[in-house]
Amino acid sequence: MGEFKVHRVRFFDYMPTAIRAMAFNAHTERLALARMDGSVEIFNFTDHYFQEKVIPGKDSRSTESLCWVGGRLFSAGLNGEITEYDLENLRPKYSLEAYGGPIWTIISNTQGTQLAIGCEDGTVKLFEVLEEHIQFERNLDRQKGRIISLSWHPSGTHIAAGMMDMIRVFDVPTGHAVQRLLVDRGFGGSKSQETVVWSVAFLSDHTVVSGDSAGKVQVWDGHTGTLVKTHLVTKWDVLALSVSKDESSVVAGTSEGTVIQFQFIAPTLHQQQDKEWVRTRTFKNHTHDVRALAEIETAIVSGGMDTHLVVRPLLEKFDEKSHASGLRKIHFPHVSTEMAEITLVSNCLKKAGLLLFQFPGQLELWRLGDSDGHGKPGDRLPLKRKPEKLLLLKRKGEDHICCSALSSCGGWLAYSTVSCVRIYRLQTDNNNISITKVSKLPKALRSAHQLCFSSDSSKMFAASSQSSVLVIALTQSECKYVHTLKPKSGSRQPIHLMTTSVDGKWLAAANSDCEIRVYNLQKLKLHCIVPVYGSCPSAMGIHPTTNNMTVVHADQQLFEYSIVEKQYTDWSRKLQKQGLHNVWLDRDTPVTHVTFNPKNPNQVVLHDMHMFCIIDQSLPLPDQKTQFYNQMTLRSLSEQERPSHLHAFKICKTFQVSLLFLASLLDDQSLVVVERPLLAITSQLPAPVRQKKFAT
Amino acid sequence: MATLCEGFTLCGLVQTQNASDSPIQGIELDEDSDHAVVTDSTRSVTLYKVSDQKPLGSWTVKQGQLLTCPAVFNFQTKEYVVVSDNKVIRVWKDEDLNLDKAFKATVTADVWRVHSAPGGEPVVLFQRGAVRFLDSLLSAPQQPIEDVLSEEEVIRWSASIVAEEQHFVLFTTEQNGECCLYVQRLNPNTLQKYRLEREDSGASPLSFSASLRDKHLNLLYLYPNGCVYQSVVAARGYVGLEGVQDLPRSLRLRLPVGEGELGAASAVALDEAHVAVVGVPHPSARTGKDFLCIWNTNFQTLQAGKEMAGRIHGQVWCYLGKLFVPHGKALSIIPYECQKSSLASALGKLRHTGIAVSKSSVAVPSWNTLLHGDQPQGPTKIVETRKSKLSRKSQSAQALTVDQVLELIKTGPVDEVQREVEVLVSRGDAQDLQLSVGQLACHLVARSQAETAFYTPVALAQLVQTQFLCHSVCPGLLLLSLEHKDYFLCQLCLQLFPDIPEVVTCACLKTFISVPDGDVEMVSLEPDSVSFMEGLVAAGARGGQQNGFSPPLFEEDSCDANHQPKPPQDKKNHTLQLEACPVGLHKAVLLNEVLQTPYSDNFLLPHLKDLDTQQVILFLQYLQFVYLKYSQDVYTQTAGLRSPTMTQIIDWVCLLLDAHFTVLVMAPDAKGLLSNLQSFVKSQVKLFSELGKIESSLQELHKMKLSKDISQYSIEVIELF
Repeated sequence: MGEFKVHRVRFFDYMPTAIRAMAFNAHTERLALARMDGSVEIFNFTDHYFQEKVIPGKDSRSTESLCWVGGRLFSAGLNGEITEYDLENLRPKYSLEAYGGPIWTIISNTQGTQLAIGCEDGTVKLFEVLEEHIQFERNLDRQKGRIISLSWHPSGTHIAAGMMDMIRVFDVPTGHAVQRLLVDRGFGGSKSQETVVWSVAFLSDHTVVSGDSAGKVQVWDGHTGTLVKTHLVTKWDVLALSVSKDESSVVAGTSEGTVIQFQFIAPTLHQQQDKEWVRTRTFKNHTHDVRALAEIETAIVSGGMDTHLVVRPLLEKFDEKSHASGLRKIHFPHVSTEMAEITLVSNCLKKAGLLLFQFPGQLELWRLGDSDGHGKPGDRLPLKRKPEKLLLLKRKGEDHICCSALSSCGGWLAYSTVSCVRIYRLQTDNNNISITKVSKLPKALRSAHQLCFSSDSSKMFAASSQSSVLVIALTQSECKYVHTLKPKSGSRQPIHLMTTSVDGKWLAAANSDCEIRVYNLQKLKLHCIVPVYGSCPSAMGIHPTTNNMTVVHADQQLFEYSIVEKQYTDWSRKLQKQGLHNVWLDRDTPVTHVTFNPKNPNQVVLHDMHMFCIIDQSLPLPDQKTQFYNQMTLRSLSEQERPSHLHAFKICKTFQVSLLFLASLLDDQSLVVVERPLLAITSQLPAPVRQKKFAT
Repeated sequence: MATLCEGFTLCGLVQTQNASDSPIQGIELDEDSDHAVVTDSTRSVTLYKVSDQKPLGSWTVKQGQLLTCPAVFNFQTKEYVVVSDNKVIRVWKDEDLNLDKAFKATVTADVWRVHSAPGGEPVVLFQRGAVRFLDSLLSAPQQPIEDVLSEEEVIRWSASIVAEEQHFVLFTTEQNGECCLYVQRLNPNTLQKYRLEREDSGASPLSFSASLRDKHLNLLYLYPNGCVYQSVVAARGYVGLEGVQDLPRSLRLRLPVGEGELGAASAVALDEAHVAVVGVPHPSARTGKDFLCIWNTNFQTLQAGKEMAGRIHGQVWCYLGKLFVPHGKALSIIPYECQKSSLASALGKLRHTGIAVSKSSVAVPSWNTLLHGDQPQGPTKIVETRKSKLSRKSQSAQALTVDQVLELIKTGPVDEVQREVEVLVSRGDAQDLQLSVGQLACHLVARSQAETAFYTPVALAQLVQTQFLCHSVCPGLLLLSLEHKDYFLCQLCLQLFPDIPEVVTCACLKTFISVPDGDVEMVSLEPDSVSFMEGLVAAGARGGQQNGFSPPLFEEDSCDANHQPKPPQDKKNHTLQLEACPVGLHKAVLLNEVLQTPYSDNFLLPHLKDLDTQQVILFLQYLQFVYLKYSQDVYTQTAGLRSPTMTQIIDWVCLLLDAHFTVLVMAPDAKGLLSNLQSFVKSQVKLFSELGKIESSLQELHKMKLSKDISQYSIEVIELF
């Protein structure tokens, strides 16, 4: 099909932060995940583990624990505040000082009427959950020593609290401690150190399971306060526990990176009545501490210091091998704009590519290198000019950057946090770059989930609350509010994808309720809503000449929608009729970017974390029997044989070490690939706990 | 290669009244692979344990009754089955003592054979060609049996073969000199008749052997004239073909018959390539036909042979790697081994390719032409008539035809023979020459061997130079030339023959070394090789100075730190020895030819031991000389000249040392030589260790290339199709 120049960029040192806590909402099947930097991510487990929302972090906030109450999400952290999140606007709704010092844990009762927090000062505080707020109710008996972990008995009458060297069981109506379970210290040198009960679980039969810093998982009788069984599972800490919904299984996460499963089963076949907790399986998918765990219906979800989220399916729950039964590791954000914005513009004057990297605390603007050489496929071209970091822009305030954008002429730069939006004017002349902040911004522009510029840089669009889009006009002197594109009805979920057409006529915006709205920018009103598909769109793009919109969903389905005709194109219908190839559907990372080849209108460029794909719409679609990854075969064939083996999906996996990249076409058939090898991330992690290995 | 192991006697045999009849009717297998069920020609069946050579049980029918078919073992019911007096089927078990008390059933027609094979039901073949399963026959013994064969048709041989799901009964019949093969498939029953091609003599086959290979039934049969043919019938397909098919055959082997025709002989196929034959004379033994031989049908070669004492009845059975042969007064068991053979292994080491291509285009003669009548020793009529026709066609021939020259060779004077051969060789076209050269050479050699006075060096050299000759075509030639001290012819032969046996190579070597220098220097040798040798010697004489660099002297290498520096005069001696060639120029040329002859070291080694110590030392000195010349790179090899390679020299040194090490260690005059050779090896080891060092540095370069990959930024070109 042709040769491409690929700019391989490896200087993007994006570093995800460690996972601190997670909470799974079995009702909505959403997993909330808190990271060390205070950001919270929401994964939709019904939709291919798609990361549908990210609430940006804040410097002063540190989340220790998360808790769902119905559809509401609460967190508590060492800053002593309880925070409820506004999931529609992706920001904290309110924060409440608990006046008990740092908070280690937050839980709710099964009825969803009360919250309990464990504080540094030794109190367990109960809060009443009200319609729009929470209200302090009372303290349970204050203990000496901090409350590290809590677990509410399903009936709501008792709470187990993990402390230093002991576990307390409280009677909730009276507030008195009714049991005191002493936890042994570790052996040897650690005898003098207090044992921290990192996690407790209170089961309906009044069994208490605890995991502590001495490496033990202990089973207690909550009625009598006696120890039933001790499992010494590690030399290090047991950091997290999670109980399955039917209480037949408990998983424990350790500092060694293992997840150990215990099951409530009869040890012999003959005596099915005498069940006990037996250690059954060990999973090792992490290199570092497992800080957060959730056992869901069919899988164990774990995360920790090594920053990736692992969904480990329990294979006995599956009848056949399927998409859901494969191990998932989620390393990077699913929507590329959420944590690391990479924008590529071709500077009109210099024909040079500009790259914008977004970090939580800063923005970096790079100019790509250049080469005038020509080479054979496989060659590395000599560099005429090295890449250059033009700008490093640190954010103001405590809130992390949630989105940013660079205009295609390279003259405008904008970013947004949850509290403010800033727009800058960039001027480059003779390798000098000057930046000026645009001072007066319209009042309506307070924060944005997404930002984007029109292709002629005359307008900026900001995705705002309740799925609305603000249109801002940009001129040399000022920027002026023009209009708010607001849906009259429908979802109020935040917009996570936004794209404009090259001719400046259309704007498409997708929200996490899977709706894609197309606005007519000339008339400033809604043009149409793309038929809602059951899976969240993960990437979309509008074709520069035909104005057909290509949309890829989290379940890997691919549609092409003609904006002008308000219907799916023939090619899209043909594709849906024939069905996508199984190999395509079985990929486990979503497509994160869609772009088009300016030289060939038939070609659409897509990429996910492991490959990029050029779809040539003029070629026949592959059927299930066709070899899908056929580039190697084609290479080995002669010029004459090749045409009969071609199909529309041309996949390049050359850049296999890369895990996050963007493929975008500059004018001269060149692509930019941003690689972030997993090894580079692991090498920046702190050293894991020392483990004795054979012959070391 | 196939080999026959040492055999042993299973049992003695009782001579029958009629000497031509075999005392054994048949040998069958039991479920135990170590058992053999032997049925004698009269009344008894004996079960033997083969490895112990002792009988386990014996069953006999009453006096007056006669066993008419070999006993078989029914693998399904674990019973033995035999037929007595053609019609009575007897079935008994291992533990039954008396055959008379065993189960008996009398059938309505005469039984030819009962066949049984592992995995299949026993089958009864009647003399008139009908086939029944034993079970169904025993359940209704009085059932009518149809006639399949016509009145005069007689069954000669039968066998049963069980393929995956198919069960076949094969039998051959004879009627008025015409032989037919019947293939009876069972379940579903189909019968197919094939007519065997008639042999010219009109004789019918002496023996048959059937085997299943690649889903085809292979029938191997031997005619009295020594021809072994093979016919192939597909095990599947062909069902429903009507009428009699002609069965195509292919000649697998033509056995030497000697005088007269074969009487009692038998051939049995051992595997794809090997056939065991009894009752055929051994080609190298003069008389007698009492041999057991294994022939390779691919190469038409005799692989192993064994004389069997006493009369052979033309019977051989082959079970599980053992051949059962009744001969004289004993039944012998001879284990055999057949390995896949290849031409390369048959010829020993292959010739050095570079030389083979440039110098000799002669192909190794086809085994077929050698064995099928074109032997130069005994030319067949057909070939000669064709040839004479050919020569008659070439009307211009003033000169004599091949036949006439052959005649002339037998009696004619040297000069005339020489002239005529010259004319014939210069005139003949390649195709024609290929055939006649061998004959001419053989006749010339035969005459020369008979008459010492008769020797035609020019004619022989011309014949050799046609490159149509090789050693196996005319084995006497090289030795004859040695005998007559015709070193030029020797050189030609060594250069051009690809297949000189190691013993002959060694004989040449021995002669060349021991011949006085004066004798050889007068002989004219092939100019190229002489000029090569001259260059080599001259290179040493120039003193080894090139580009002002003097290569580190050989002795310096051998100086260990512990060793005292050698006295200067010793050094001088060494340098002298270095520069002077220990043998004369022409002798060296001849020795070079020996060095370049292909050989296989296993075969060469025993013959090398024939050399005496002085010869060995001289040869080693010469090898050392050449080696040193080579390793001082003053001598640059002229491309295209035939010369021994470094590896060949080293190989020969090793071989010589292997063969004579103890003697050399003891011999005082070999001491210096040996220590030189030791340092010679040392320098080689040093060289290789240096090479090893270079290798690792080169590998480092490879690694450095890789590390370049991890750069922060690069622009690459990829291609998508």
